[in-house]
Amino acid sequence: MFDELGEFLGSANTRAAILGDLGQHVYLALLPLVVGVVLAIAIGAVAHRTRRLRGFFLVPANLIYTLPSLALFVVIPGIIGTRILDPVNVIVALSLYTTALLIRPVIEALDSIDASVVAAATAMGYRPLRRFFAIQLPLAVPVLAAGVRVASVSNISLVTVGAIIGTGGLGVLFTDGFAREYFAPIIVGIVLTLLLALVVDLVLVAMRKFLTPWQRGVST
Amino acid sequence: MIEFQSVTKRYDDGATAVDDLDLRVETGSITVFVGPSGCGKTTSLRMVNRMLDPTSGRILVDGKDVMESDPALLRRGIGYVIQHSGLFPHRNVLDNIATVPMLSGEKKPRARARARELLDVVGLSEELAERYPAQLSGGQQQRVGVARALAADPPILLMDEPFSAVDPVVRDELQDELLRLQAELDKTIVFVTHDIDEAVKLGEKVAVFREGGKLAQYDEPSKVLRQPADEFVAGFVGRDRGYRGLSFVEPGAFTLQTVPTTRFGEPLDGPTRDWTLALDEQDRPRGWLAPGTVPDGVVTQSALSPNGSLYLEGSPLRGALDSALSSPANFAVVVDGEGTFRGVVPSQTVLETIEGSKPERAADV
Repeated sequence: MFDELGEFLGSANTRAAILGDLGQHVYLALLPLVVGVVLAIAIGAVAHRTRRLRGFFLVPANLIYTLPSLALFVVIPGIIGTRILDPVNVIVALSLYTTALLIRPVIEALDSIDASVVAAATAMGYRPLRRFFAIQLPLAVPVLAAGVRVASVSNISLVTVGAIIGTGGLGVLFTDGFAREYFAPIIVGIVLTLLLALVVDLVLVAMRKFLTPWQRGVST
Repeated sequence: MIEFQSVTKRYDDGATAVDDLDLRVETGSITVFVGPSGCGKTTSLRMVNRMLDPTSGRILVDGKDVMESDPALLRRGIGYVIQHSGLFPHRNVLDNIATVPMLSGEKKPRARARARELLDVVGLSEELAERYPAQLSGGQQQRVGVARALAADPPILLMDEPFSAVDPVVRDELQDELLRLQAELDKTIVFVTHDIDEAVKLGEKVAVFREGGKLAQYDEPSKVLRQPADEFVAGFVGRDRGYRGLSFVEPGAFTLQTVPTTRFGEPLDGPTRDWTLALDEQDRPRGWLAPGTVPDGVVTQSALSPNGSLYLEGSPLRGALDSALSSPANFAVVVDGEGTFRGVVPSQTVLETIEGSKPERAADV
């Protein structure tokens, strides 16, 4: 098997192709992550305000996440008018998933903030929008970060499905390997997907640390 | 000046939090709102800076109806301190203090320089400047909370049970600090508490609220204690209001008596005949030796009966009585501002003085 792997990776063309797949995978997984985080924060901030709004946003969010990804990849072109093989389909679908997945953590993160801190901010003379960005959002980071880490892993794994409808990414190595009954690309694909998930996770942990200097040396 | 004019606050569920409140808070004074929980004291406070709006009636700050002000701008002009300090956990001490000046458009270096000065004003070391709130003790957090409320130099301070979450010793310190600060700053302070002792200690005026958001009595603290307006106030002030009332009676100078003394940490000359007070090198009382104590090496803490409380010369009668009652020797131990021993007053004399002050107390109410 190692021979197969060596042979597979021995080719400069293959290595260049894999690198291209990896780049495409990062793009397809992380752009929706960013879009989803922004959307979920916007929706969560609104939903957080009343119980009724919570239900209004959380129920559809849960439903969206239960839709099979492959179905979504195929249905989206019909809705937004893209070609079936357009990577935009994957980006839109994963942005939807990320948003759906993160609305609850955003609400929980905002709920986790001590009410007296928010009351104090209001009493100091913060207007709601500025209070949100200056006080609530920074304090939501610790709880929110946990949700973002889950979403990043979910996205990185879901992008592989996109290969079936031909949008590239490391999933290509799987479709390739299965089609040819050739295990080397499958193993390389699995290892790279895992490594990518791990590296992105480490970056997210580092970002969280950077954004929450006040939590250093304090048990959380 | 803050004026409540027929202010009523009713919630959507029909509950009345504040019922037809008429009250005037004088400029430069500390007014304490006190009462059991759910009596509307905090609600009343929060209507001053429009954290809540009244259902009917008006609240005037310096003659202007607060409802005519932009809430955010109104709040920046009114200092606010809450229970558990409400500090921003993600900002260090300086940035917390600089909050309101920064909101009002002050440049960061100037706001931080002012914040640094305020550390000293509220009795905090400059070493704490870069710490985050979680790295401070409860008492320190409250001091930062007070500094933050003072940063924009607002004429009015609203304090909502600010000291209720700290231990009694620290609370006492913070109360003394507030009185010291107020002597310098001369703010108009509205202070909410459920603790009648805190109310009578801090308040120049005390407003006692009862359930249903009704004002039961609004008076000087000594009057609230001595002449409760009704059964409710009498009950709330408590059974020992007679004792608390002594907080407001300044005795004439007591005639001090002497007792045998000995030096702490040195040997006794011989067996003690009477109660003997052990003093340290600075003549500060350390404790009593019972009559008939036989010399056994030097006088150590274990040989002593504790002092009980010490009575600061010239302070209200309550301290003298407490010292007399808590002393094993039936003497109130009198010290000066430095803690130096001045003499003793027999319990009997303290009680007679209290008796003697009664007609005068009755006369001034």
